[in-house]
Amino acid sequence: MRAVDDEMRVPIDGELDILTARQDARELATALGFDGVSQTLIATAISELARNILKYAGHGEILLRSAARSGARGITVVAADEGPGIADPALAMTDGFSTGHGLGLGLPGTRRLMDDFDLVSKVGSGTVVTTTMWARRP
Amino acid sequence: MPVPILAQAPYLIASVQAALTDADLIGLQNGLLDEAQRRRCQGVIVDVTALDVMDSFSTRTLQSLAAMLRLRGVETVIAGIQPDVAMAMVRLGLTMPDVRTALDLDEGLAYLQAKQQGSAGRGQ
Repeated sequence: MRAVDDEMRVPIDGELDILTARQDARELATALGFDGVSQTLIATAISELARNILKYAGHGEILLRSAARSGARGITVVAADEGPGIADPALAMTDGFSTGHGLGLGLPGTRRLMDDFDLVSKVGSGTVVTTTMWARRP
Repeated sequence: MPVPILAQAPYLIASVQAALTDADLIGLQNGLLDEAQRRRCQGVIVDVTALDVMDSFSTRTLQSLAAMLRLRGVETVIAGIQPDVAMAMVRLGLTMPDVRTALDLDEGLAYLQAKQQGSAGRGQ
């Protein structure tokens, strides 16, 4: 098993990379003390984000890193691509809206899985989703 | 890793052993459709106890499989969705309303057997 760093970068170029990103996130989340339920929520969010990258941009990357805020530990997932971008980010955050013939749950669903969610997209230059889950205090 | 399909007449049991790639899932769907036809089976159980994530793609693929098999007169039971996986699915908006689910493989088999006995009784 690889050493767990505070930051991991997973290139997303094919469907196998989705599994790699999920596994890496579980390792980092375990190291940061997240419980099993939180790990599953994070892994599921990453699955959706990585799928979006493959579906709309073809390739991109998932960056995983630890986060801290007033004593709380968190895990931040950044999904970045240089794809076509999202013309109407507000519309893309609506349940059921999809241009990719999916269920249209990817982005709004991911927001419900995580605590913080930020979407920055520019048509023609790409999309960056930054999302964080904070560890529950014992 | 491809999913092994076991025949336990008149049912088929597919036990997922580890995380599935999209290709594995499509392979499972096609394999079950073929085997259900070949063995003239009456029910299919997909045991997903080992799955640690069910995202929109895997859920949609299993829903499609169940719909295709239903059109062939075969009922599908998804067994063993883990509690935290269920939690993530519902947050994501995936509730599989049209697919029969069961707590585990035993419950899934018991359901199919009860259903078969019920329909045999009605036929007399």
